Amino acid sequence: MIQIEDLHKSFGENKVLKGVDLTVNRGEIIVLIGMSGYGKSVLLKHVPGLFRPDKGRVLIEGADIGALSGKALAGLRSRLGFLFQGGALFESMTIFDNLAFPLREKLGLNKNEIKERVLNELDQVGLSGAENKYPSQISGGMQKRAALARELVWRPEIMLFDEPTTGLDPIIGHAILNLIEDLHERMKFTGILVTHELHRVFKIAHKAAMLHEGVIKALGTPDEILASEDPFVKQFVSGDTEGPISFK
Amino acid sequence: MVHKLFDLTRNLGAWSLRYVSGMGLMAIFFVKALVYSVTPPLKVIDFIKRIRFIGSQSVFLIALIGAFSGMVLALQGYHTLNRLGSVAFLGPMVALSIIKELGPVLAGIMVTARAGSAITAEIGIMRISNQIDAIEMMGLNPFRYLVVPNFLAAVIALPLLTGIFDFVGIFGGYLVGVKMLGVEPGTYLGEISNYLEMGDILEGLYKSISFGLIISCVSCYKGYYMGTSGYGAEGVSRATTQSVVLSSAMILIWDYFMTALLF
Repeated sequence: MIQIEDLHKSFGENKVLKGVDLTVNRGEIIVLIGMSGYGKSVLLKHVPGLFRPDKGRVLIEGADIGALSGKALAGLRSRLGFLFQGGALFESMTIFDNLAFPLREKLGLNKNEIKERVLNELDQVGLSGAENKYPSQISGGMQKRAALARELVWRPEIMLFDEPTTGLDPIIGHAILNLIEDLHERMKFTGILVTHELHRVFKIAHKAAMLHEGVIKALGTPDEILASEDPFVKQFVSGDTEGPISFK
Repeated sequence: MVHKLFDLTRNLGAWSLRYVSGMGLMAIFFVKALVYSVTPPLKVIDFIKRIRFIGSQSVFLIALIGAFSGMVLALQGYHTLNRLGSVAFLGPMVALSIIKELGPVLAGIMVTARAGSAITAEIGIMRISNQIDAIEMMGLNPFRYLVVPNFLAAVIALPLLTGIFDFVGIFGGYLVGVKMLGVEPGTYLGEISNYLEMGDILEGLYKSISFGLIISCVSCYKGYYMGTSGYGAEGVSRATTQSVVLSSAMILIWDYFMTALLF
């Protein structure tokens, strides 16, 4: 379970998070929506402790991640996976080595075990045959799938997705979401998924939360969010330019 | 007027704080790099790759610069010494200048330009594309993969490159002094062995080791904390420039203090 309590974060004069409270139950996928530049990715990066809050805390299975350091923090992060917006694949390594890296360095598996797990995971994401290619030699969609495979290869309990379909065409985007749904079905991870693509993503989510002006403006099931009468949520869901949300 | 004075004071204070905290952050970075370098595990394959990049791949450049530095020293030195009737000292003059000063300093600046800039750009790109965050997310320490191999490789490679610079530089001086200007080979080489002491060689060695520390620390730091230089391609470009300028300036400043205080 992930508990975010009264989280505040500023960058200089810019107050990005102004007291975020959010709970994600075990095995649940929650979708985080909101305007671009309003702190969704910042909030997501607080979960594994990549950002330190100015105030408030993030608890993962009861452990305050901000209070951890060194081996304790590394140990907790080993239970988490993070699919970064750009994939964050290691550009100097082949796809095989990208997936093998955490298995070799963190889990200390032998060559045969690594090969078996890597090839199996690449097969799961439809990338069989791409193992010897470098990230720059494959398409954006394939990079996202390879990055997803790298995170899932060591079976995380919690998965964090930062705009997994952004920049992809609708078909590839849909395929990525189907893949996430299938993998969740199989691995039952707890997940937070940041996105702008409401309708497609809502099909795989248990809950949705809207972050606006540094706080959670609305929280509910995807159907509740889609039917919300809150003017902020309504404007965001419908994509209207007229309304309380100013985009200038 | 009063407001402008307040603004000026505030800006000066903010700049000072930023500058001092930057220096503190770099000092902590240096200590961390030092501690991780002497505590296992060492990522041997990464270390060998960095030795190849910083050391082997710089040999040609170092030899080229060394040869021409020795040649120009001999050319200039010959004309000056000739006026004083002391051409016999051409060999020691070239050798001592190169071994004590020019070798370590120019090798350091060349490595800064060739490898230091590349290290900053590489780590900086890894920072902005979240590759460093990805390593952290695996519960691994990015320092061990990105900083320590560069740190150790630079400390080992710099003295070796300086040795190559010295050797080729003295040989370049020999070519100009002996083959072009007619100094006796025995005089050129014999006087070097008369005047060159172990302390001179050690001076060059200590300097080159410390320059290796400066180059690796500054170039890794500027890439690792690229966020402080602004993000994106512009941030990488700015960090790389800062890295080269700072490393070069620190090499020259530190060279003076080492010479003045220790030798």
